[in-house]
Amino acid sequence: MQKEDQLVLGNKTFQSRFILGSGKYSLSLIEAAVRDAGAEIITLAVRRANTKEHENILDYIPKGVTLLPNTSGARNAEEAVRIARLARELGCGDFVKVEIMRDSKYLLPDNHETVKATEMLAKDGFVVLPYMYPDLYAARDLVNAGAAAVMPLASPIGSNKGLATKEFIQILIDEIDLPVIVDAGIGRPSQACEAMEMGAAAIMANTALATAGDLTLMASAFKDAIAAGRKAYLAKPGRVLTRGGSASDPLTGFLRD
Amino acid sequence: MENRFFVDSDKLSPAAIEKKHRLEHDPSSRTDHMAYMEGMEVIHSDIYAKVISQMKAYDSGQYTAKDVLAALEHETCSVEDFKALLSPAAEPYLERMAQRAKIETGKHFGNTVYLFTPLYIANYCENYCVYCGFNCYNDIQRMKLNREQIDHEMKVIADSGMEEILLLTGESRSKSSVEYIGEACKLARKYFRMVGLEIYPVNTEEYRYLHECGADYVTVFQETYDSDKYETLHLLGHKRVFPYRFDAQERALMGGMRGAGFSALLGLSDFRRDALASALHVYYLQRKYPHAEMSLSCPRLRPIINNDKINPLDVHEKQLCQVLCAYRIFLPFVGITVSSRESESFRNGIVRIAATKISAGVSTGIGDHEEKYSGKESDGTKGDEQFEISDARSFGEMYRDMAAEGLQPVLNDYLYV
Repeated sequence: MQKEDQLVLGNKTFQSRFILGSGKYSLSLIEAAVRDAGAEIITLAVRRANTKEHENILDYIPKGVTLLPNTSGARNAEEAVRIARLARELGCGDFVKVEIMRDSKYLLPDNHETVKATEMLAKDGFVVLPYMYPDLYAARDLVNAGAAAVMPLASPIGSNKGLATKEFIQILIDEIDLPVIVDAGIGRPSQACEAMEMGAAAIMANTALATAGDLTLMASAFKDAIAAGRKAYLAKPGRVLTRGGSASDPLTGFLRD
Repeated sequence: MENRFFVDSDKLSPAAIEKKHRLEHDPSSRTDHMAYMEGMEVIHSDIYAKVISQMKAYDSGQYTAKDVLAALEHETCSVEDFKALLSPAAEPYLERMAQRAKIETGKHFGNTVYLFTPLYIANYCENYCVYCGFNCYNDIQRMKLNREQIDHEMKVIADSGMEEILLLTGESRSKSSVEYIGEACKLARKYFRMVGLEIYPVNTEEYRYLHECGADYVTVFQETYDSDKYETLHLLGHKRVFPYRFDAQERALMGGMRGAGFSALLGLSDFRRDALASALHVYYLQRKYPHAEMSLSCPRLRPIINNDKINPLDVHEKQLCQVLCAYRIFLPFVGITVSSRESESFRNGIVRIAATKISAGVSTGIGDHEEKYSGKESDGTKGDEQFEISDARSFGEMYRDMAAEGLQPVLNDYLYV
């Protein structure tokens, strides 16, 4: 792989393209994610960390790892901004993943509110990574609002359905100049590999690791899958892998001069 | 068989006894339970008709094994599927229902279990609900905690490690005013990350005030959704008004509360119809208020002081488990709370299938946490309990036991914004 192939988010660069999502948290999961999956970024749900038991959560996080607090629990832009500022006060740094849901059944992100929150937080000096439904217009608005990346969902959270929104994520990868980080719904290493091969900049997962029978082994499987997908993307897939395919007899073969 | 609820205390005056008997035996002496009392807000919601009409049309006997199997095969559980899963025809398929419920719980909640504890701050009550230990004719030690006592109780509970609290009162506006409850919420915010309320239903603006005081979750038990049966059990007081109680959760959400809890008290009426109505109440309100967080609980009747014979009749553990599995399959995203009314073994089992929230360190009495937590005798008076609990595990025991079941205990997943 090329030496300079790094993930750039805001003012930081990362070698790893695996980000540990929040949700299920334990010391062993963080250890496996860092040691075996190579994670350099770990998401933290501020609302889950908002407990006396986890007040020292920062002590759990290994040195050199960037903490990515999320705003889950926010139902609108103002609440997301408040949670992000609380995270900064807690010492979590300037990175924030904006998550705004106004639906308790499917937990789908509200793109409209997310754009508003991204704009406010970017102006406030945050490195904003917004979780979004893969919509091209919303992604463009997020770019204009000052996002550092966009994070489209692969399928409804917890559904384990993989890349259900594949076509739309591909459009974002093709049209948006920011890193596209695929979040939610990635249940297997093969799905992570596929997304990377398409040109995703990184993969976020949690449940797939947290619920695996062998946490360590699954963490390293994700690491390998993401690396393989990234290599394939950089290698510029040949015609077998490209979209559309091509006819073996050229359609323009009749042209004479 | 029916429960025998009526108990006469020898401390009641002859006039009070006479009134009590008249209420019990002469329906014409009781007020119209469908008519709002003065001061009760009417919100003209469409939810009531949707829930009650479906419940009335529900004949659980018409469903067959074929309906149950079809319901279990469908990826998304429809209202019709849910009706089949609640029916007697589903009883032989309980293990399959549990397997499916476990998968749904895992998808939405992982392998977590939330811990909380209730705190009763007063047991004065103006209602005569015949099955309840707090009812106004029951001879129990009454008590209302003052500010210092509430603070002390909260400190004892918070020191045990608990971070979420549910504040409860008996239903007495005169003894436990909205302002009194609001002050308790403000105190609770000092010690706890999440404050829920289980108090008498109030109007939208009062819910808004309580939310501003720090509460964010309102639970109201409808007890039974069969209004005719309801009328025979709730003989006196504000609680007698069936539709005002029904709309309480919606008023709470209109008042800015983040979430709402729902329940029928199983054993009062046809439990399958009550379970159907409870879940549909959640289902329709969720469609109307999609941002709201919803939860269901499933208490069964328990013995009370002065009446140790009260029991949940035909709702055995097997039926309770069926109801909880059906809830989970139909509403995979809702929280399900299991009360300390249930046994330790039942609660340990059900958290691995469907339940997501469990109470620990429970007392349903007033002002007795220090004594119950530390064994330290205190000189002050105590208020009597609302009902007998079954699972008396402390916070620490519950935390260890849940971890031993392979679950991750969660003390808070919440931020007041």
